[in-house]
Amino acid sequence: MISGKVQVDINNIMGRKKKNIFFLGIVIALSVITVIPIILILGQIIIKGIGQINFNFFVQTSPDSLQAMTAIANNQTIPGGIANGITGTLLIVIVSCMMAIPLGIMIGIYLYENQARKYSNFIRNITEILQGVPSIVLGIISYLWIVKNITHGFSAFAGSVSLAIMMLPLIIRSTEETMKMIPNEIREAAFAMGAPYHKVIFRVLIPSGFSGLSTGILLSISRILGETAPLMMTALGSSVINYNISLPTSAVPLLIWEFYNDPNMISLVWSSALFLMLLVLSLNLLSGRLTANQKTGRKR
Amino acid sequence: MTNNLINIDNPVFKVRDLSIAYEAGKFAVKDINADVERKTITAIMGPSGCGKSTLLRAFNRMHELYPNIKTKGSILLNDRDIHEMSTIELRRKIGMVFQRPNPFPTMNIYDNVIAGYKLNGIRLKRDERDSIVEKALKDVTLWEEVKDSLLKKGTFLSGGQQQRLCIARAISFNPEVLLLDEPTSALDPVSTAGIEDLLVNLKKEYTIMLVTHNMSQAARISDNSMFMYIGELVEYGKTDAMFTNPSDPRTEGYLTGKFG
Repeated sequence: MISGKVQVDINNIMGRKKKNIFFLGIVIALSVITVIPIILILGQIIIKGIGQINFNFFVQTSPDSLQAMTAIANNQTIPGGIANGITGTLLIVIVSCMMAIPLGIMIGIYLYENQARKYSNFIRNITEILQGVPSIVLGIISYLWIVKNITHGFSAFAGSVSLAIMMLPLIIRSTEETMKMIPNEIREAAFAMGAPYHKVIFRVLIPSGFSGLSTGILLSISRILGETAPLMMTALGSSVINYNISLPTSAVPLLIWEFYNDPNMISLVWSSALFLMLLVLSLNLLSGRLTANQKTGRKR
Repeated sequence: MTNNLINIDNPVFKVRDLSIAYEAGKFAVKDINADVERKTITAIMGPSGCGKSTLLRAFNRMHELYPNIKTKGSILLNDRDIHEMSTIELRRKIGMVFQRPNPFPTMNIYDNVIAGYKLNGIRLKRDERDSIVEKALKDVTLWEEVKDSLLKKGTFLSGGQQQRLCIARAISFNPEVLLLDEPTSALDPVSTAGIEDLLVNLKKEYTIMLVTHNMSQAARISDNSMFMYIGELVEYGKTDAMFTNPSDPRTEGYLTGKFG
């Protein structure tokens, strides 16, 4: 019986090889199918958006509908740019970072230091829930808290608060994971020298985990860069460059939405989208580089 | 317990009824009583899991980093109970070197040596710092090898050099006692010999307590030895006496290689 079975297997070797090739083919085909939409999206945005990108695009504020219409009628490029959006995004993101980074890193370190406590698990669960909250809900909350009660009107600050809440879970999680990667001996070495707790955190743990922490921060920034919904309810938008956090402010995704609603400015939608995408992409690449450095840079 | 070191004049440490438990009721170290002689090398040896490192880490209260570890009994440093000092004060008097070399990865060699001062927020003048670093590195015989690359990261050194750097880091603060937890177990024989020579030199200035898995190392460099077995201090005495004429059958069994 056994020899008969072996005989069958030997006869089937060609069949197996064919099956192998067949499945390899399917895997390659499926991966190509996944890549195609990405290439199409990138290509579409680049082809349609590149025409509007020039120096003025970065330094001038957004045009009004009439200017755009005139330009189109005369077959010219639309004047103006997205300077108000770029500065607004910068302002809102910086203020969010100022709130979310210190808080997130502190909470992450707390979770690492007190891993088994019930309270830590509670915070971990809350963080997870926070990550699942739809961004527009955060916008409503920020509207209620900040717009209604603190700035008494739409403001960049309100936008920053809603985006900071979005950043928090990512920073907390990445901080905790980074801290876990630092060898315990490093921590013990610092304590064995009689260093007080805060010095261990600031002089040893945070510098040792620097690349991990910055990766988390960059990823959280690239996540909030494209957020539109919460900003509509908080920062509202503005047609001028504004650096005052208590006033309505524009942002690149808000501008894309405004351009989209104006039939004369469709081409600006594409160029703004291209700009935003390149910004997010470069942040992601940068954080990828940092992670790679962290993995290879630790020589032991 | 066999203890022929009852009458030590002016011991550095007096350990009294020390027990350490990782879980309630499960003692890793049981009822240790011992005095530690000043400016000698005291080796703590025994098979794996006998509580050597646990005992060593009690001397600078490292166990307090982990809330589940409970310590009973007392350790007196120069007749002061270490549990009545602040850990910061205590750990400045007691330097520690770990099993695996662990220089701070973000600091250069110079900063690693001076780290004890930096982490304790002590400001020094530049020439004071320079002389402390130079003395510490000379004491660990690393100065000639690294004096031209003090600003390189400590992690670029070889394992033996890193361990010497860690010893330099521990002694730069001028502690009374140096605790070493199997400092050579991750090193090659040449580096191990270097560290052993270094320790014999350092005992002129510091009291050294050395946990070792390697009994020939204890025989080579230590003055006094503790033999521990399953959390108990089985025998404690002069190393020569213990190796030639162990008084407890378990010590004899370990030293002759019947177990361990």
